Amino acid sequence: MTKLNEFCLHEAREGLENKNFTSRELVLDHIEAMESSRKLNAFITETPEIAIKSAEKSDINYSNGSNARLEGIPLGVKDMFCTKGVLTTASSKMLSNFIPPYESTVTENLWNDGAILLGKLNNDEFAMGSSNETSFYGPVINPWQNKDKITKIVPGGSSGGSSASVAANIGLGSLGTDTGGSIRQPASFTGTVGLKPTYGRCSRWGIIAFASSLDQAGPITRNVRDNSILLTSMCSHDPKDTTSSSRKVPNFENAIGRSIKGLKVGIPDEFIQDGMSDEILNIWNKGKEWLEKSGAEIINISLPNTKYALPCYYIIAPAEASSNLARYDGVRFGHSVKSSDINEMYKLTRSEGFGNEVKRRIMIGTYVLSSGYYDAYYLKAQKVRSLITEDYNKAFKDVDVILTPSTPSSAFGMNEKSDDPLSMYLNDIFTVPVNLAGLPAISVPAAIDYNGLPLGLQLIGRPFEEETIYSFASIIEESANFKNIDNKWWLK
Amino acid sequence: MSVDKDDVIKIANLSKISFKDDEIEKFLVDLNQIINWVDQLTEVNTDKVLPTFSSFDNDRGMKRRKDNVNDGNYRNEITMNAPNTDEGFFLVPKVID
Repeated sequence: MTKLNEFCLHEAREGLENKNFTSRELVLDHIEAMESSRKLNAFITETPEIAIKSAEKSDINYSNGSNARLEGIPLGVKDMFCTKGVLTTASSKMLSNFIPPYESTVTENLWNDGAILLGKLNNDEFAMGSSNETSFYGPVINPWQNKDKITKIVPGGSSGGSSASVAANIGLGSLGTDTGGSIRQPASFTGTVGLKPTYGRCSRWGIIAFASSLDQAGPITRNVRDNSILLTSMCSHDPKDTTSSSRKVPNFENAIGRSIKGLKVGIPDEFIQDGMSDEILNIWNKGKEWLEKSGAEIINISLPNTKYALPCYYIIAPAEASSNLARYDGVRFGHSVKSSDINEMYKLTRSEGFGNEVKRRIMIGTYVLSSGYYDAYYLKAQKVRSLITEDYNKAFKDVDVILTPSTPSSAFGMNEKSDDPLSMYLNDIFTVPVNLAGLPAISVPAAIDYNGLPLGLQLIGRPFEEETIYSFASIIEESANFKNIDNKWWLK
Repeated sequence: MSVDKDDVIKIANLSKISFKDDEIEKFLVDLNQIINWVDQLTEVNTDKVLPTFSSFDNDRGMKRRKDNVNDGNYRNEITMNAPNTDEGFFLVPKVID
């Protein structure tokens, strides 16, 4: 008999509505998958009791017809979202004992729509990383294997648990956060669909802050339709987050399958990188052909400040992080080291509680904000950010979406880049500009490379035009006919 | 620009993080590599450009709300994760002699 976790979200929803199976059965198969996939290290906290209890409630709602739109659907949640009464660590020693007394708005929205928490997912510490190797709880392993089948492959980051769990059928979808590519890059590395919404679409309330002007929550799923279903429930205007938008939230699922005839796709010259592999160029060209065949028009565009996006990001994000992470002082919550001197207490607490990458970013951020350097670095970067945003504003006068590769390569091996911060940072070269400009973008799986690993294509849209992105993404999905992993080597 | 060992110690102090000597050497290398790399922004002419501090929904503007008390009375929840409390207060080492 097929295990129910083999279904995707919209199939499971249909199965529940038609009473082919119960939410309890659906959840039990997911719990079994979660427990037998511990090799992947995708979960930090498993919450089977909560899941079963919620499922029983969902089954009652189905039986009396009061089921909500995500009723009985089990999801994994990145450990950056505060979940009331459930350990929330940001994958850091600093928060390894933190039980939030409140629920994040995005997760609250999902539970109100009937979704079910399966567990909390591993990520790079405080979402700082591109490989999930900076987690205090150890790295997550990508369920995709390369041809040698020996090298352990990273699932991308920082939402590495979110991407790996969805690729491995543990959860019908997951929540991630994306500050510079942390949803789209892991989605690309695991053959899953990941969307970062427009800045302001989702409330940031209750999400552990990394860089507040860039952070957004978003869904990771096994297909584009599932993604649009989850996003519809995640978005809301939230009085508790002044940067959350008051725009009406559409039912994004309606955009799936909508015609793109006559719409224009921009191809930015500046995204062609020196030394970019032929495979990436080929799949990019394939993407153009697929969209052209569906009636879209391809136009070459220019985003001249693209090369400055990464250095700009690596000033702004650490600056905001150093300020946000000042709250971890050992006084009110989190890791704490006793001392009779308060300064000593702060220093010991922070030195023990933070890992190296987090310390590195706090140091850079403190430096670029410090007296004498503020104008040269921080203010300069914010001005370059304006130029980057302006590039996109101009481009979107001529085109409806922009098509690029999601990442400069497929997933790499563990420990391959972890000693070299710069080469790790360069992984986000195609995703970072989108966060600086506050735009929505998706990564859709498009091909398997010579190494046997997935490659994704990125579609970037105008602010608040996630619907257009979903219409285009569903065409790429249909054309690519991408298949998920068949060898489930990680199951015990 | 570049930083030296004294700068790293000063930044670490401002960051309230302490490092062992060998850690300082490693951070010195990393920080200089990163600083040299971000220095390429000096190539960009930004003379007449205003800074962007956030890309929030500019068409709608930031929402204002009335400054009313509409929530509260969570003293126990607020202090429940604290390592040291007394009668609803956070305890810290003595700061003033």
